[in-house]
Amino acid sequence: MDFYQVLQIIIPSMIALAAPLIFTSLGGVFSERAGVINIGLEGLMVIGAFTGIVFNLMLADVFGEWTPWLAVLAAMIAGLLFSILHAVACITFRADQTVSGVAINLLAVGLTMFLVKLIFDKGQTDRITETFPRIDVPLLSDIPFIGPIFFANGYYIVYIAILISFVVWYVLYKTPFGLRIRAVGEHPMAADTMGVNVTKIRYAAVLLSGAFGGIGGAIYATIFSNEFNHATINGQGFMAIAAMIFGKWHPIGAMGAALFFGLAQSLSIVGSSLPFFKDIPSVYLLIAPYVLTIIALTGFIGRADAPKASGQPYIKGKR
Amino acid sequence: MSKYLSKLTSPLIAVILGLVVGAIIMLASGYDPIAGYGSMIGGIIGDSYYVGESVRTIIPYILAGLAVAFAFRTGLFNIGVEGQLIVGWLAAVWVGIAFDLPRIVHLPLAILAGAVAGALWAFIPGYLKAKFRVHEVIVSIMLNYTALYVTNYLIRNVMTDKLDKTERIADTASLRSPFFESITDFSRMHWGIVVAIICVIIMWFILERTKTGFELKAVGFNQHASEYAGMSVNKNIILSMVISGAFAGLAGAMEGLGTFGYAAVKGGFTGMGFDGIAVALLGANTAIGVVLAALLFGGLKAGALNMPLETGIPSEIVDIVIALIIFFVASSYFIRWIAARFKKGVK
Repeated sequence: MDFYQVLQIIIPSMIALAAPLIFTSLGGVFSERAGVINIGLEGLMVIGAFTGIVFNLMLADVFGEWTPWLAVLAAMIAGLLFSILHAVACITFRADQTVSGVAINLLAVGLTMFLVKLIFDKGQTDRITETFPRIDVPLLSDIPFIGPIFFANGYYIVYIAILISFVVWYVLYKTPFGLRIRAVGEHPMAADTMGVNVTKIRYAAVLLSGAFGGIGGAIYATIFSNEFNHATINGQGFMAIAAMIFGKWHPIGAMGAALFFGLAQSLSIVGSSLPFFKDIPSVYLLIAPYVLTIIALTGFIGRADAPKASGQPYIKGKR
Repeated sequence: MSKYLSKLTSPLIAVILGLVVGAIIMLASGYDPIAGYGSMIGGIIGDSYYVGESVRTIIPYILAGLAVAFAFRTGLFNIGVEGQLIVGWLAAVWVGIAFDLPRIVHLPLAILAGAVAGALWAFIPGYLKAKFRVHEVIVSIMLNYTALYVTNYLIRNVMTDKLDKTERIADTASLRSPFFESITDFSRMHWGIVVAIICVIIMWFILERTKTGFELKAVGFNQHASEYAGMSVNKNIILSMVISGAFAGLAGAMEGLGTFGYAAVKGGFTGMGFDGIAVALLGANTAIGVVLAALLFGGLKAGALNMPLETGIPSEIVDIVIALIIFFVASSYFIRWIAARFKKGVK
């Protein structure tokens, strides 16, 4: 097996595995940039995965090949609605944001598994039949060398994920809304003084993180697990948090980190069939994203500073 | 007296709210909440077997709760209890299998191994926080996953030959008790309850009766003031994480040496570490509060297993209730706000 063939195996699966992480970590970027820590991303992905799969199973007959797309949309709405809990607790009732996030994660798993048992009368859902089709991107896949690696046999949603991270970058850095989000996360009182409604902006950012997390969960479940059970989203949400930190709370950085983590995951899955990689115990690749995050935070890979007001509730009039 | 009452109010309201919302969910799904909670209580104290199993469930909850609470008291959030618990579990089982010693040495050594493994795993976030000001929450979350994958790898490739669980520990390292089994109709209740109670006393003693405990709490209250008073903040951060991790490792050792007698490859987390957060919060981070909260949550968890059998209600309803209780405790501002409104209304 030559190197080119290896790339043809690894790269498409790397990009595909990165897509859910990209969406979810972008959600994290919105929330933390506005000063609200969202440990609950894992739970939001769980809600998204559950909604995506159940929607798919129930309505595949009605919508046919459009089902996965509409399922992702439904998951986005479900994630957004679920994140309201986190927003209310953290912003209005000044709860400890980390604790509330932990509660969101536990609640999401409990609630979805309760519903799965209620609907399906067993511990996991049935398998979905309508998933995203694999496609060759027109024109781009004809590019010699690069085309077959990057643009053949992939999923549209994956390319959309990469495009969206540029959109998020534009929104955060080039629009008034983005400026407000960043201001609220760095110095809420200054923003308030300038007439920015801190509460409103934070709510918007947390709800966005819910929507993105829901999308991420639905994509992961639709492409990779094809069903939903308690272990479907096993740490993907935390890996998205890792990608966000590794990307220094920047949308493009988060995307890059998600791609890198996708590579690590893809190597741990397909590595056993590849020369060179099959000699590395897969455990190293499994723990790589987590260990790298710790190293990044420690400052060995450039300093990564969280938004200043992250984790602090804003209480008007308090100095 | 009123001071204690007001301390109790918001956890109590949180528990009641959690149970009420749980009841509403049961009603909305077409179940009878009274029958549901009834079967749950039956599953906690219905007969001696259930009592024994409830006690067994409570043991790791007490220790996981102590771990979180100890860190909280010193201003740290140890969300890594889950990972420390897993490595403690494996280390204790490893000592239980690898050595051939008389019981009086073997059992304490195995328990100690669990505590040391947990302490070392918690040393990492403590050290990084002290040295590099890295937030302990993210580091310990990342270490949870690292622990999960590393222990799975060790079980599969080092301790066994591609098997999913280790062999059983030697009887000399086991916490199992024929006495408890005989009085609880062969439940898996074991001597770990004694270890848990000793740890409760240790935590209370360290925090309330020693200079170290005073320093730890002082650092938790105000780092700058403690620094000014000549305390080493960094040393105390590391020490606090290490002690917290030792409690967490013990929780794992209890499962490995008592309940199961082996370590198995895990598809996901045990959840005990995260529920420990609930236990600590509800117990207001005090030793005695942790015991009461562990009784509640361990009871809920043990009782939940009886619900599907008797009433067909999925046991996950209890996970929902526990999550809601954490949520309401975290939002205690909301509860205080309502309580304040209520008082005004009465006047």
